[in-house]
Amino acid sequence: MPLADVGDLSWSWNIGADLQGLFAYHFMVNAFRAGTIVAIAAAVIGWFMVIRGESFVGHTLALVGFPGAAGATLLGVSATFGFFVFSIAAALIIALLPRGNSVRGFSEESAVVGTVQAAALASGFLFISLYHGFLNGVNALLFGSFLGVTDSQVLTLFVLGAAAVIILALTGRPLLFASIDGDVAAANGVPVRWLSSLFLVLLGVAAAEASQITGTLLVFALLVVPAATAQILTPHPLKSLALAVGLGLGITWAGLTAAYYSPYPVGFFITSFAFAAYLLVRIGQGHPWRRAFQHEAKQAPA
Amino acid sequence: MPETATRTVHSATPATASDAAVVARDAAVRVGGRTIWQGVNLAIPRGSFTAILGPNGAGKSTLLKAVLGLQALAAGEIAALGRPPGNGNRRVGYLPQRRSFDASLRIRGVDIVRLGLDGSRWGVPLPRLGRFSTRHEREAQRRVAELIELVDSTAYATRPIGQLSGGEQQRLLIAQALARQPELLLLDEPLESLDITNQGAIAALIQAICRDQHVTVLMVAHDVNPIVSYLDQVIYIARGSVVTGAVEQVITTETLSRLYATRIEVLRASDGRLVVVGEPSGAFDAGGHGAHATR
Repeated sequence: MPLADVGDLSWSWNIGADLQGLFAYHFMVNAFRAGTIVAIAAAVIGWFMVIRGESFVGHTLALVGFPGAAGATLLGVSATFGFFVFSIAAALIIALLPRGNSVRGFSEESAVVGTVQAAALASGFLFISLYHGFLNGVNALLFGSFLGVTDSQVLTLFVLGAAAVIILALTGRPLLFASIDGDVAAANGVPVRWLSSLFLVLLGVAAAEASQITGTLLVFALLVVPAATAQILTPHPLKSLALAVGLGLGITWAGLTAAYYSPYPVGFFITSFAFAAYLLVRIGQGHPWRRAFQHEAKQAPA
Repeated sequence: MPETATRTVHSATPATASDAAVVARDAAVRVGGRTIWQGVNLAIPRGSFTAILGPNGAGKSTLLKAVLGLQALAAGEIAALGRPPGNGNRRVGYLPQRRSFDASLRIRGVDIVRLGLDGSRWGVPLPRLGRFSTRHEREAQRRVAELIELVDSTAYATRPIGQLSGGEQQRLLIAQALARQPELLLLDEPLESLDITNQGAIAALIQAICRDQHVTVLMVAHDVNPIVSYLDQVIYIARGSVVTGAVEQVITTETLSRLYATRIEVLRASDGRLVVVGEPSGAFDAGGHGAHATR
């Protein structure tokens, strides 16, 4: 194949050549490396987030990354650094806030979290105003970009993502117990409060990771959708966890490929593919006609 | 601080400390400066089925939590199975007051029961990793199946818990509480929000567990009628103090009038149901309604 064709940015339906073209540039290899790491970490941690009903906190932790990244860029530091420092710090602050009795649901906490979210967005906007000529970067921070992921960024994503997933694997069962049934878990000796704080930090890591690919506004594409879709497909915990990871990877890889071969942004593709997957599963699951059918089947004489 | 209610307990079947599953001596609980109850003396015999009754806000759940160690005492002491209460006592099973599971929770009933068995254990929950050999895993699955069989839930145990009825969820939760073979089972209003048929069925199930598995059951109830035929004794809490004894000794016009220090009437309806008339609200300073314990 002539070298000139390798860099040709158009999808040819010659899958072999297309895939070769995809990995012709180092930046694209790095984008896939980063995307893979992020998809796995976000799917696993997002799975617990969905079970715990903490999506709002997850979104806030991602949004807090926005002023972090903007501020880091303003200071001339890597945006990745800013994402992680701010998201993890915000997770620690929310973890330290006094909480009501209820493990699921955040009656007063949601007000606190919402306040933090507004302040974070506002200060992010300020940082951007202070940094003149940064306007292209805003879009990348908010809606994602796969361009210019460096080797050291990939390494950071890998180390933090792997650490978060390993910690989650080691604490997963008591965390699931505490998430579903806090009182009983506490009575069985599970340190419920401590685990929920630990999980917030892990969620901060996952939100910061997902932000690097999808942008802070679209993190749910990787944090919520794969987990929610997998949980609709099967109530078996390990199966739906594995399915969430698979979906996250598929969505990310497809999104990166589509973005590479088209002029449109990666955040749009990843989110659209995620949404399409969720929609398909939801329709396949039978809202509402299949449910009506099941109801009839149940009433029919055995 | 209310000056009322240091009335002591008359245990009709006095159990000595050695054969009692739960012993309380002069126990008192204070929450937010308010005395919930005080001067509580109890001895609950091993293997018995005991209900904690009383009006809303009287501190029934608080008593259960004190036995469990989730509520600290302001005075006195409580021993559960001969030990001071504490978190993670494997021999104590607990079923808290239940809001039902969120309908969207996509976790199977069998997983809920399994959590009762090893949900507090750290480590990778993959079957073939770490300490979890396949033999161990098989044994755990057998135990879970056995528990589900015991509560008669095999037909729906693999469906998402959020989609099950209140009675079905309650059965699975009882199985979960039994997973570690507790000697003492603490149930907080397990019959609440169930229909009459299910109330009777769950009450019968609890008694069968109490008798066949030799488990001491201490259960908070709002209404004595669905359980009255199964009970060994009742603990009645009102106005900060406690009376213990057999149902026919405690749920009487004399005992309850003395406990409430006002005129209470206990009537027996023609179908045998007990009706308490004139019962004031249990909380000292509650601005709420006068609740009826027995409907």
